[in-house]
Amino acid sequence: MQIYLPIADLPVNVFVILAMGLAVGFISGMFGIGGGFLMTPLLIFLGISPAVAVASVTGHIAASSMSGAISYWHRRAIDLALAFMLLAGGIIGTAFGVWLFTTLRAIGQLDITIGVSYILLLGIVGALMVAESVSAILRARQGKPVELRRPGSHTWIHGLPLKLRFKRSRIYVSAIPVWGIGFIIGFVGAVMGIGGGFLLVPMLIYVLRVPTATVIGTSMVLTLVTMASATVMHAAVNHLVDALLALFLMVGGVIGAQFGARAGQKMSGERLRLLLGLLVLAVGIRFAVNLVVPPETLYSVRVMDGDI
Amino acid sequence: MTRVPLAALAAAFGAIIASAAPVAAERLVASLSNHRVMITSNFVGEELVLFGGIEQDAASRPRRADYDIIVTVTGPRQTMVTFRKERILGLWVNADSRVLENAPAYLAVLSNRPLDAVTNTETLRRLQLGLDNIPLLQRASVNIADAASDDPFRLAFIKIKTEQGLYREVSNGVTFLAPALFRASIQLPAEVPVGTYEVDVRLFADGVQIARTPAPFEVYKSGFEQVVTAAAREHGVLYGLATAMMAIATGWFASVVFRRD
Repeated sequence: MQIYLPIADLPVNVFVILAMGLAVGFISGMFGIGGGFLMTPLLIFLGISPAVAVASVTGHIAASSMSGAISYWHRRAIDLALAFMLLAGGIIGTAFGVWLFTTLRAIGQLDITIGVSYILLLGIVGALMVAESVSAILRARQGKPVELRRPGSHTWIHGLPLKLRFKRSRIYVSAIPVWGIGFIIGFVGAVMGIGGGFLLVPMLIYVLRVPTATVIGTSMVLTLVTMASATVMHAAVNHLVDALLALFLMVGGVIGAQFGARAGQKMSGERLRLLLGLLVLAVGIRFAVNLVVPPETLYSVRVMDGDI
Repeated sequence: MTRVPLAALAAAFGAIIASAAPVAAERLVASLSNHRVMITSNFVGEELVLFGGIEQDAASRPRRADYDIIVTVTGPRQTMVTFRKERILGLWVNADSRVLENAPAYLAVLSNRPLDAVTNTETLRRLQLGLDNIPLLQRASVNIADAASDDPFRLAFIKIKTEQGLYREVSNGVTFLAPALFRASIQLPAEVPVGTYEVDVRLFADGVQIARTPAPFEVYKSGFEQVVTAAAREHGVLYGLATAMMAIATGWFASVVFRRD
């Protein structure tokens, strides 16, 4: 069934959009990530302009995270205090990211920056996650106890001042790395147009030693707030949010996220991290191939719809 | 730099010649099947039919040859950018670009036989007929110039637009039903932008333009599509808040529906 999208200005097949929402929603519910780094390229592939795709995906991510966050809330798997502290750093990071975005666009270096940072970020994060989870799985196979939390192994991060106790996560850390992580997520999200969940989850696990039980729910709360405000900002500044497109993505997304969250709970933490690592790595390689392999057509045309 | 005024001068000169040649008393009339193309939620493109007739009054001389018709449909103007990728440090990136100011978002050139069979290349260029001859103002950095017809950026732009179905040159797009009666089919793909479309019908005989008539139409959004577009344009913040609320409500609703306990 074809339907004409009012802001994207083209007809799409409703079932294709619903299915895409469902698939990305499943992944986002399973890993506690927004899935923007998957959905935006898919929409662009359908012929939707990158600006409309980025702006409309924010609504879809907000809905998926809301649905996921509620189910984690019922399981008491959200650390609201931690989410709030991350958000404080995130807002400042977003402001810096928007500033860099504008500057890079002004000097014409935005495309290459986004391309290279996608490859570096996805490649490094994906490779680290795969390596770590494989070694964890191997250790478990050999009968050694899985060391998810190493209470004795304090790093320099735990020596920082301004210590706060996050009861739900049962961690006692300085506020500085929490703000720092929030800042990085906000910054990267604004420059690269992604929610940053796939970065946040490993950082919370490895740097702050947040237990796997609360990490996904907390990440979802953060994604919900940042993406809902991004929807409003995109609509207010660029007028590029396609509500109809967002609605179809959302309906598919929230259903997928429900099943994804359930599938995620059944799986062991290491296996979950291995799968997410492979996924991130695959998208990173896809971007790298795009940049390295000679393109079929050297030329491309973009309509400037008042956004410059 | 001097190409623009020259081209304009040539066009104006051409128009004067055309209008100052009333020796042939043929009159051209044309009408479209639909003057207002409405974009609704099930819009997947449309075909407009243009009907036209050639009237000869008492003063008409006996016809020298068969008539030829060239119909040019020009959509609303947009500013577009053509990017060219180059290899820099082993990576393919958009290295060079040209900004096209006010280029038509849609362009169709329909005729009853190939353009170069209708009239000579010089006339086609003077009257700006055909995809090779439409004026496209390209801006590299500071200087604006009408790109030469073999400019690689211009050729790539027209190729991409043609692949999207937005630019087309159809040499059998006009059919003569009778010696003085013709029809042309204007294919609008689903991606056509809203706005006013100019339709320029030109009558040629013996390679000379002897009459010309306009038949514009409009593409607009209606109903739900129009409401959403207007809301997004005029009440951006409210629209964004509504979309965000919709997202939160959808997420909440799903968790209620799927709640197991």
